[in-house]
Amino acid sequence: MDPSAIIDILQPLVPGAALEAGRSVDFATIYVPADRLVETCRALRDTPALDFKVLTEITAADYLPRDPRYEVVYHLLSISKKLRLRLKVRVASDGALPTVQGVWRGAGWPEREVWDMFGIVFDDHGDLRRLLMPEDWEGHPARKDYPVQIRKAAQTYEPLEVSQEEFKANIERDRVKRAH
Amino acid sequence: MAEIRTETMTVNMGPQHPSTHGVLRLVLELDGEVIQSVMPTIGYLHTGIEKTAEQKKWQQVIPLVERMDYLAAQSNSLAYALSVEKLLGLTMPQRVNDIRVLIAELQRLASHLIWLGTHAMEIGAVSMLFYAIRERELLLNINELIAGFRFFPSYIRIGGLREDLPRGFHEAVNEFLERFPTKMDEFERLLTKNDIFRRRTEGVGVVSLENAYQWGLVGPIARGAGSDYDVRKYFPYCGYETYDFVVPTASEGDVYARYRVRIAEMRQSIKICKQAIDRISPTGVWACDDTRVVPPPKDKVYTEMEALIQHFLIYSQGFTVPAGDCYVPIEGPRGEHGCYIVSDGSNRPWRVKMRAPSFMAIQAIPSIVQGGLIADLVAVIGSSDVVMGDCDR
Amino acid sequence: MADTHEHGLDPELPFITTKLEWLIQWARRSAIWPAQFGLACCAIEMMAMAASRYDIARFGAEVFRGSPRQSDLMIVAGRLSRKMAPAMRRVYDQMPDPKWVISMGACASVGGVFDNYAIVQGVDQVVPVDVFVPGCPPRPEALIYGIVQLQQKIERSRS
Repeated sequence: MDPSAIIDILQPLVPGAALEAGRSVDFATIYVPADRLVETCRALRDTPALDFKVLTEITAADYLPRDPRYEVVYHLLSISKKLRLRLKVRVASDGALPTVQGVWRGAGWPEREVWDMFGIVFDDHGDLRRLLMPEDWEGHPARKDYPVQIRKAAQTYEPLEVSQEEFKANIERDRVKRAH
Repeated sequence: MAEIRTETMTVNMGPQHPSTHGVLRLVLELDGEVIQSVMPTIGYLHTGIEKTAEQKKWQQVIPLVERMDYLAAQSNSLAYALSVEKLLGLTMPQRVNDIRVLIAELQRLASHLIWLGTHAMEIGAVSMLFYAIRERELLLNINELIAGFRFFPSYIRIGGLREDLPRGFHEAVNEFLERFPTKMDEFERLLTKNDIFRRRTEGVGVVSLENAYQWGLVGPIARGAGSDYDVRKYFPYCGYETYDFVVPTASEGDVYARYRVRIAEMRQSIKICKQAIDRISPTGVWACDDTRVVPPPKDKVYTEMEALIQHFLIYSQGFTVPAGDCYVPIEGPRGEHGCYIVSDGSNRPWRVKMRAPSFMAIQAIPSIVQGGLIADLVAVIGSSDVVMGDCDR
Repeated sequence: MADTHEHGLDPELPFITTKLEWLIQWARRSAIWPAQFGLACCAIEMMAMAASRYDIARFGAEVFRGSPRQSDLMIVAGRLSRKMAPAMRRVYDQMPDPKWVISMGACASVGGVFDNYAIVQGVDQVVPVDVFVPGCPPRPEALIYGIVQLQQKIERSRS
């Protein structure tokens, strides 16, 4: 489906949002501003004409040295209408985005992975911690200015016994709450 | 009289554990034997494949990407190759598509065999593992026939296949397809009506369809709950619309339903394989004829100057892909598999991201097993068919 | 007299002690039970080796024990990520002596295809390794060869 056709259905539901059609070879791509992201997603999910019930992926790409540096990509799927859609949000360095967990519950871990790999904070996520890297890792590996190879001794010791309260306190300490 | 302590107990089902398929850490909060909450921790197999792929040329990424979901390796490379070919604007000849379909379905069989073996072993039927691996050895023999490597053949390349099919391929595949349905009947006789198996799996780990969609699960887990979404039917690729098969579904959404769905999928895969092998001629074209991407045949390289230059360019600096991004989903054994590719017009990828169905499945596990027993947790993890290499990438 | 038999220091009776030592090493190498430590793709090849086609039970590795406290051998099968390294060290420490380690595959031996931030470049940075088996993944026959080499190493060494 043409992105402009989707924008025609969508624009009346989110008035004032600057939705832009993007060019792509596979399926429709729409650029969404960060502040209208959640209501756009909710509109996409709830309109019977579009019915994007499934969020299949959230990922990001680092376009250093372009500004805004990151582009966060959401892949949506509508089973009843046989449609796929790509939403893109441009995020600056040290930027933040609202979480879409309220629209699709499956967004929790992909957003954690984007935080872990790129350092993009999702406000009000509730559980924004490291997912793939160790909890005390410094740096965000998928950024373009992070080295591929590092020479570092392997860590071979970790505390053997942690009490239940300490365990829960460690998790609370690792959670990131808001963008700085 | 001593007081009875009633707080919950936190138990670590650590990364090294026989029942978690690979290195998955689950921190369980238990009230007796009943699970109050589960906190999964992944990342123990994180390999940074996506970042490493940004340093390699387009064709060199294929072996890296194959090692992500190591049970169905060529599904990964098929997903990657389809995305890159779409960006390049290539169309494959019919024979290449048929061979790719055959390989994809054989990989689905191989992956489901390991699922069946390990799932049944964890539930208690230990001998299933040996039966399943014995059948899988025949499939690995076929892999070895086409490329010399049991696990990661790297046979599917951008632009087609690596080389033509070897002699003896048709005989090997036909022999396997004749033998396998009787083996499937044997497996079903062992498990499907088995009272112990049914009592361990019926009513356990129920996922409703709405829940499955909310968590982003669109593979056999959703089909066990009533969905009929299958990428091969909805967004066909590689000529799947010309094959005659049905998509099996069940409606209960529990572990037994997912088991039945996957067994039926295996039978449908055999059907597709039989149709595919009849269409493939023993020799013929194995790649598209775009010479920027596909190296010319060796005898031409030694005799013609132009072929030599093309060969040299492809293998030294690689081909370039036009700028843009692309995502072509395929139906992997675990659900929707796909590779999101961003290119900046050079000979290396800018960003490679594989959509991992196991990632979404593990995310959904805490909500599925809440209130169940630990034994149910083992059954649910087995039925979600998670592979940590796919999840952690 | 009983304790000099074990140490073999008594010059008057070397024959019995060497025979005893040979017996102990024979027992150790003939029933070497691996602990389950499959990490990634090599784990599947390890399972295939334990299955019926390349039966490892005929070499003495009858069962793969789930608990490291009941096993002698740790086959590190797969890529070791930095997050997993402390857990692996803890599993190794839990194994009782005598214990051996086989590093299976290219990723466990030297980091393999993945020379990046996330993978420990060689398992011998974390545990002492006895036998390295190359391959990606090594064929089951290659791993069986590695186990036979380990058995020969046990035969040659002192108890």
